[in-house]
Amino acid sequence: MGISELLARDAGGRVFLTLLVLVGVFLPSLHLLLPETSPLHISAYTLTLIGKYLCYALLALAVDLVWGFGGILSLGHGAFFALGGYAMGMHMMRQIGDRGVYGNPLLPDFMVFLNWTELPWYWLGFDRFWFAALMVLLVPGSLAFVFGWLAFRSRVTGVYLSIITQALTYALMLAFFRNEMGFGGNNGLTDFKDILGFSLQADGTRVFLFVTTALCLGLAYIACRFVVSSKLGRVVVAVRDAESRTRFIGYRVEWFKLWIFVFSAVLAGLAGALYVPQVGIINPGEFSPLNSLELVIWVAVGGRATLYGAVLGAILVNYSKTVFTAILPEVWLFALGALFVLVTLFLPNGLIGLLSQRRGERA
Amino acid sequence: MASRVAASGHTMKSEPRIGTKEADILMYRMTFSRFPASVGGRCTSPPPRRRSWGLGIWIIIGCLLIPALVRAEPESTAFVNALSRLKDAPTADLPEAIERLATVDDPRVLAALNALLENRLYVVKASGRIVSGTTTGDGFDLTDLESGQSGGSAGRFDIKKIAINNTLRNAVKRLIARRELGAEDAGQRLQAVQALTEQADDESTSLLRARYPLEKDAAVRTAIGTALALADIGSADKATRLQAIRALEGNLDQQVRNKLAELVETREDGSFVEPDADVRNLAAAVNSNLELKLQLNHLAETLFFGLSLGAVLLLAAIGLAITFGVMGVINMAHGELMMLGAYTTYVVQLLMPEHLDWSLFVAIPAAFVLSGLVGIGIERGIIRFLYGRPLETLLATFGVSLFLQQVVRSIFSPLNRSVATPSWMSGSVEINGALSLTLNRFYIIVFGLLVFWALLAILKKTRLGLEVRAVAQNRSMAKAMGIRTDRVDAMTFGLGSGVAGVAGVALSQLTNVGPNLGQAYIVDSFMVVVFGGVGNLWGTLVGGMTLGVANKILEPFAGAVLAKILILIFIIVFIQKRPRGLFPQKGRAAEG
Repeated sequence: MGISELLARDAGGRVFLTLLVLVGVFLPSLHLLLPETSPLHISAYTLTLIGKYLCYALLALAVDLVWGFGGILSLGHGAFFALGGYAMGMHMMRQIGDRGVYGNPLLPDFMVFLNWTELPWYWLGFDRFWFAALMVLLVPGSLAFVFGWLAFRSRVTGVYLSIITQALTYALMLAFFRNEMGFGGNNGLTDFKDILGFSLQADGTRVFLFVTTALCLGLAYIACRFVVSSKLGRVVVAVRDAESRTRFIGYRVEWFKLWIFVFSAVLAGLAGALYVPQVGIINPGEFSPLNSLELVIWVAVGGRATLYGAVLGAILVNYSKTVFTAILPEVWLFALGALFVLVTLFLPNGLIGLLSQRRGERA
Repeated sequence: MASRVAASGHTMKSEPRIGTKEADILMYRMTFSRFPASVGGRCTSPPPRRRSWGLGIWIIIGCLLIPALVRAEPESTAFVNALSRLKDAPTADLPEAIERLATVDDPRVLAALNALLENRLYVVKASGRIVSGTTTGDGFDLTDLESGQSGGSAGRFDIKKIAINNTLRNAVKRLIARRELGAEDAGQRLQAVQALTEQADDESTSLLRARYPLEKDAAVRTAIGTALALADIGSADKATRLQAIRALEGNLDQQVRNKLAELVETREDGSFVEPDADVRNLAAAVNSNLELKLQLNHLAETLFFGLSLGAVLLLAAIGLAITFGVMGVINMAHGELMMLGAYTTYVVQLLMPEHLDWSLFVAIPAAFVLSGLVGIGIERGIIRFLYGRPLETLLATFGVSLFLQQVVRSIFSPLNRSVATPSWMSGSVEINGALSLTLNRFYIIVFGLLVFWALLAILKKTRLGLEVRAVAQNRSMAKAMGIRTDRVDAMTFGLGSGVAGVAGVALSQLTNVGPNLGQAYIVDSFMVVVFGGVGNLWGTLVGGMTLGVANKILEPFAGAVLAKILILIFIIVFIQKRPRGLFPQKGRAAEG
């Protein structure tokens, strides 16, 4: 199945990918080519901000895959995102080398501060980029595999599953807050200097990260579209709609669920890994249950089981969050709370659902 | 507080000037002035004057004159005279003046000595009266010691402090204890005995020994016995020592434990601190018995802490057991309903600052009504449109929780609010030297069980409870039988929410009251309900208590955070094994 074939029946996807290419090409060139005085110039701040939104969009895509198509409401996807982020953060921590405050060539500053003398075993290997990149995918993936295997095999479903995924991310948050864990405790990992030898502050690096994120998002979208159009994807949807029936037909329901769950966790980890170099910090706050819940609402706002809806929702909600917290910080939680209520009550299919409903009425 | 710090700083500064000299005087006085053991007796031998050239003469003259003078004086003037000597006395004579004051038989003496001990005895410069003062902002509130009434207020420069140093302070403590040893109230006597036990010198021992045969109160008698046995361990006679150790058998008092541990200690070179082998062996035997007893007590304490944590979890989860367990509604705003209850306590206390002791009794029904009404509002406004769509309910109620948090933040500020603890809830009950139970935790356990029992009664005995159970088992059948399911839904949800509010009142006594109070408990309370088994109140009780005790047992080994993580992981694994909790519902209800 070629890409053109894949997108033939996906009008929304075509619009999204076109826009993504435009954004991925134009914004960096506006940033690099135009002088800073020009009104069309895009500042490095804006570029990084939009890059951050694109990471969130990738994360939302992952959630839409399990929730929209698989019917598994995971309230712990923030954990996979944060784990991917930590893996990338650990690599960049090692890249600092002896340029830290304490100038220790081997140990990151916080370990020197804790009087540790050698690197914990789980930090070994993170000085190599390929290893870190592998871990970005492998760590969230294997956690999702173990957790999902246990949960799906014993047929924990629905709300129960949501609550234990929430407990999972909560437990990880508590664990990462501990200094003894060796992940920087409360402060997390920060003060990164460069990635692959390029300074994180340089314009070129920022543009490179931005384009990489856009590219990853585009590829992830196509991959997700491929997955949901494949036979596997259709079985997953069948499981969502009638789990027992699918099982009676003869499918091993738990394996399908596990597959989609692990794939989604890997995507979330990738999003985290792209996120950390752009914002420059990763701390245990990313594990907080509130974060995981928030990203569910992105998907709900955009529209479930559409993929591009999730992207739309992530960008819209985060843009309004940026605007609100800047001008009326008090109002943001009111707005977010109202969004949760109103969307579930009046927009069960999200904004995309609203759009297609309009189109249906006109036709 | 600031003034207290400043005051002690002042005393310390003055210490080098007079300290050692005063200590000498005190030693001297302790040795030579033998007061009769009948403390508080009005006739005492005179305090000898310290003059290098005529000590003996002064003692003789004093013996002759002062008893007569003291006798001649009426009580009230004796006190006033003794008190005024404090201000006239040069620093070196202060110990004597204080001792003199302590021997006057007058109830006001205690107030004066306590004021002296706490560094708040002052001389008003203008009138020369001696008063006790407490700092208020920039000045002092004075209390006249003679009349016991308010003496107005004064600025910092109108009064002069009567300062004492640490040596003298110990002496004052001893004097107070000696007075108190003959007090009417057994509690006061007990305190005096404890103070004297801490002093542990010849004089206090002889005071206690004299008191022992006279003492009627059992608790005070035991305390004196312990103190005497402790003193006897230090005696020269071996038989006395062995007997004293035997007398301490099974005594869990901290001082006893320290003393026995001292007896069996070894030095760095391996030799024993205690030279006598018999004494050492006996002490070791008594000590090992004590160890066992201590461990049992420690276990009891852990159990108590665990049960109180369990009671907190029970309170947090029990409302959820109604809304989630019985109705099947995921209410993520449950924690915020508890938070509303906690803030209700805060507001009630603001409204009735004069009656803090009673505030909780007003706050409990108020919180029940407020949270219940908010709950009914949530049910009617949002949840009823989402029945049968649990995941959407989860999201919508989560939105409500964010909303409520921000409401509280806007009204009360994001900072934590302090809620006062009523006096009857503070303090602790001492079971023995090694085990004391704090009262607030004890009341939480009682309260948790009471709420549980009340809910159980409502569900089993009232018409509402019957209807709730009917609707939970089979909605359409219940409807067919004429039950207004809409109303029952609203009432059930209101009941669960109201209980959450009541739990919030209890939590306000244990943790900080802030906008995030609810969030901290939401994951825990879901865990309890899921662990215990949905739709089963008894499961919630057992689940809450089990998790609480398990948490407290793990804490010493793993630390607080890791214990919590371990419990969470345990529950995650447990749900894999038994997806329907400890006590799953059976029969048709299980399929609902």
